[in-house]
Parts: sequence; C-alpha cells; structure tokens
Amino acid sequence: MNLPKYVLARIGFYVFVVIVATAFALPLLWLLLAPFGRQATLAVRIPSEPTLANFVSVFRNAFAMRALFVNSIIQAVGAMLLITAVATLTAYSLSRIRLPGRDMFVYMLILFSSVVTGSAAMVPIFLLIFELGLIDSHTGVILVFTGGLLPVAIFIMRDFMQSLPKSYEESALVNGASTLQMLRHVVLPLTRPGMMVIGIWAFVNVWGSFLIPFILLRSPDRMPAATATYSFYTEAGTPVITLVSAYALLYILPVLALYLFVNWRYGFQFFGGIKS
Amino acid sequence: MARVLFENVTKEFGSVKAVNDVSLEIQDGELLCLLGPSGCGKTTTLRLIAGLETATSGRIHIGDTDVTRFSPKDRDVGMVFQDYALYPHMNLADNIAYPLKVRKVREAARMERAKEVADHLRIGHLMERLPGQISGGQQQRTSVARAVVHEPRVFLFDEPLSNLDAKLRLESRGFIKHLQQEMGVTAVYVTHDQAEAMALADRIAVMQDGVIVQIGSPLEIYRNPQTSFVANFLGSPPMNLFDAEVRNGSFVGSSFELDAKGVKEHSALNDGDSVTLGIRPEHVRVSPKPMKNSIASELYAFEALGPESILSFRIDEQLLVARAFGDDPPEIEMGQTAYLSFEPRHLHLFNEHGSRVNAD
Repeated sequence: MNLPKYVLARIGFYVFVVIVATAFALPLLWLLLAPFGRQATLAVRIPSEPTLANFVSVFRNAFAMRALFVNSIIQAVGAMLLITAVATLTAYSLSRIRLPGRDMFVYMLILFSSVVTGSAAMVPIFLLIFELGLIDSHTGVILVFTGGLLPVAIFIMRDFMQSLPKSYEESALVNGASTLQMLRHVVLPLTRPGMMVIGIWAFVNVWGSFLIPFILLRSPDRMPAATATYSFYTEAGTPVITLVSAYALLYILPVLALYLFVNWRYGFQFFGGIKS
Repeated sequence: MARVLFENVTKEFGSVKAVNDVSLEIQDGELLCLLGPSGCGKTTTLRLIAGLETATSGRIHIGDTDVTRFSPKDRDVGMVFQDYALYPHMNLADNIAYPLKVRKVREAARMERAKEVADHLRIGHLMERLPGQISGGQQQRTSVARAVVHEPRVFLFDEPLSNLDAKLRLESRGFIKHLQQEMGVTAVYVTHDQAEAMALADRIAVMQDGVIVQIGSPLEIYRNPQTSFVANFLGSPPMNLFDAEVRNGSFVGSSFELDAKGVKEHSALNDGDSVTLGIRPEHVRVSPKPMKNSIASELYAFEALGPESILSFRIDEQLLVARAFGDDPPEIEMGQTAYLSFEPRHLHLFNEHGSRVNAD
C-alpha cells in the first residue's frame, strides 16, 4: 500500500471513530450539563450561570422522590434478589444433575425469554396479574420482571457453574461436609462473581424499564422512577427539560453506586480454576 | 486405620460396567495401587470407597462397618484429588483446617493442628497464602495435608502426581510413601504409571475393563504376569511379545524359530498351538557373533541412557527391545546384524486368550 493511500485510510478511519464516539458521548455530556442550566435547551453547552435550582424543584416533588428512592428501589432490589437466588439454585441443579432433555430445557428458556417480556405478551401478562389480584402491587411488578429475566439469568449462571470443577464439591464432601455445608462454604463463595453479574444485570434491567410498571401499577405512590418522569411534563405533554434532566441525573446515581459498591467490596474477578 | 473390603462390587453407568464384580481386601496399613490404562475402572473403584459413587450391587466395608450406602462425610476417609481441589477463596490454613471445621473443632484447636501438619509437610510458612499463590508442588502438599489433618481411617489418592513435572514427581513419590508408612494408615493409590505403582505399592492390583486381572506384590506381578496384558503394562520398556506356533518342539514365528528345549511350560502345549512369547528387555542377550538358538536381526535404534542402554531390533513389523546395563553397551553398529538369545527360564508363555501358560 502506498503512503498517501495509507494516510487517507487512517484519516478516514479516525473520522469515522470520532463520529461514532460523539454520537454516544453527546447525550451523556448533555445529561451532565443540562441539569445545571437555567434554561431548557437541547444543546450541549456549559451553563454560563450554573444553578442548583432544578434539583431543588425536583426534590420538592414528593411523588417523584418517593418513586425514585422508595418504589424503584423496592422493585429493582426485590427482583434482583429473587432473580439471583432462583437463577443460582436452578443453574446449580441444571449443571450438576443429569436429567433427560436438560439441554433442550435450557435452550427453551432462552427462546421464551424473548417472548415473555416482549410487548406481544403484554395483554396476557396484564390479565394474568389481574386474575392473581396483583395489579397495582410491587409483588406483581417484581414477579413479572423475575419471570422475564430469569431464563437468561439461568442460562448465564449455568454456563458459569459448569466451568467450576466438580472436584471442589467432591473434596468438601469427602472432607466431611454435609451438602448444605458444601454449598455454603465452597459453592457459594465460588459462584459469587457470577451472582454479582446476574444481580447487577437484573437490577439495571428493572431500574430502566418503563412499560411493565406503567401497565401494572395504578396508584402514584407505587410508581417507580421510570414512570414518575412523567410528572415533569407540562399538562400539554411537553417535557420540562431542565427538570427532566435533573431527575434523570439522580436516576442514574443508584446504578452507579451499586456498581461501584460491588466492585469495591467483591470485585468482578473470577477465582482461577486448578492453577491460577 | 482399617482394612477395606470389597464384596462382589459392581458399578454400572447406564449399560457400561465400570467396575465388574470386584472382590478385594486391602489390609490394614497397606498401600495398594490400582493400576491400569484410562477407562479401566480404577478411579471408579476409588470413588466407590470415598462414597462419591454408590455401588450398583455388592458391599463395601471399611473396618468392621458396612459403608456401602454411607454418604462420603460418614466414611472417615481422606482424599487427594488429581487437580488438588484446594478451595481458591480460602488461604492454606483454612484449606487444611477445613475437615476439622466441619467436624466442629474449635477455631484455636484446629488452627494449631493445621499448623502442626503443615510444618511437618514443610508448608507451614505459607499458611496465609491463597492456593493460587503457591507452586504446584506446594499445592500438592497442601492437598495431602488437608487429607491427613483429621487422621482418617483410609487415604485415597487419585493420580496425585500427574500434574507435577518429572523431577517433582519423584520427590513427591518418596514423600507420600514415607508419610503413609509413618502414619501406618491404609492407603489406596490410583495411577496409570507403572513405575509409580512399582515404587509405592505394597501390593498392586492391575485393572482392565472393570476387572482386577492380577493382584500381588510389585515384584510378584513383574516376575509372573498372569496375562499378556499385565506383562505388557508393567515395565519400561515393556515386555517384548511375539506370536508363534508350537511345532515339533520349537516355537516358530513369522521369521524366527526357537528351540523349546528347557522351556518347562512347553510340556503343557501341543503341536499346532498358538502362543505368545514374552521376554523382558533386560533378559535379552545381544551378541555380535552368531549364536545357537538365537534370532538374527539388524540394529534399528540405540539409546544410551547412562546407567543402561536400550537397543531396538526390527523383527518383521515389530521391534524387539533389549536393555543392557552398565556403561559399556554391546558393540554393535546401526544396521549391523546381531544375534538375540534368551535363557529358557526367562521366557513367558501366554496362550491365544492371553493367559499365562504354566508347566504341568
């Protein structure tokens, strides 16, 4: 390849990369800057006179605050715990016990996972939750999310479990541990990294979902943050951009905090296999 | 300390009989090696003792207790796994003390005991490390320490040396043998390495297709293999085996003829019988000059190993391997014809089913 052609190719490549990166970076930059501006604007610019007034009005909105710091937390943490617990136990049995049609079952899970939470299933899910008397309850929302996210969670966890050598468990048993002790002392610590991944993934998924709580919940005091964003719209249906952006910035903080906490406390590292 | 007894034990996986009607008694304080190629059922036999597999039929006793249906934790055995299975999230002290922890030994007491065992195995200075931070040899010692810390009645070793390099393997071999004799505990050791079995075992049980084909002291098995399989499996280089036919007091092979005079077992054979002749490499005499009753062959390869030399000769499609001791090997050059002979008493005979032919 001759030199001018090479240089041109590199330049072309960098231009492309910059365009793509900008497309992703601009909305984030806007999210960081817009809440501090006095005027509503969709342009990305450093506010000339930064202000916290937007946050003050957001904090004064009791409905939105309750949605963010109570309802969203209940629903996301609830679904996270339930999904992680059930996925871990299911994946463990699926990876350790031989059943006829086991692999088929796992692939069916993946297939169903894309159907259950899809919009196509919205009406049956609504009817089901209605018949169960769980409309307008946190439990209903948590159960629907759990049902929807569990298949993928099980699939990921099963892969993780299968990479753990069985000899860890066998040695625990031979060393005199009961099955429960083996699970508590050996299996659980070794699967913790996988559980962390599933937990965070589930939390983020529930945290960011709008449609399911919007359909299943009626009373304002149970709405999560995703639906509460609507309280910063005018009656005419246009968003008050300053307030929406301030609320959105608060909205991402718990996810960020959760990630940092888990990374600090446990780290996302994997323990090695035989020789690490 | 206890004997281990197998009574007609069979273990089936689906339609495969991994262990087929095995009866076996392992004496108190004995080190028994289960030796065989992969898939012969030796590891399954070990796991049956540990309780990691449950026998399809038959009974297993440890000491005077019938443990056939016992779960592993109630069998009081210590096991060293091939991959060591050290818990990666626990430091060495916690790893070694684990069997005591689940037996509800108090923290201080179990740490003291773990330290004592670790010091004895020369890993006492590593107690704070994680298994990932120590060498393969140290991991192996740690896993032995964990297996002995609660003084089990039986030690089980599942190919514990196969992940070590050659030098470390020799060292660990001596160390395991010493430890087992020092503690005087019954041990079962699974390996596919015949040299390891010869070096370690009080008795060797050679397994093939889920059956014990021969059991006895290492030298007994080496000197009197009961089948051609055992003959070929023990010894390195293995025993030379050649097919021949009995004809008029001679063994006639495809390109050789040996006088059967002096071979006692010959009396049990009839003219026309097919036999397999077996001769250990160290019993092959190599001479550059023509000899009576010998096989003439050209030198195919020569390996000088120091204390011994390995000479291979081509006989039809097979190699006949001779082993000469001392550092002046027979003076034969590549391609030169040599004359190979054996004393009749060193010849092993096997019939067409591979079983040893004994003199009448």
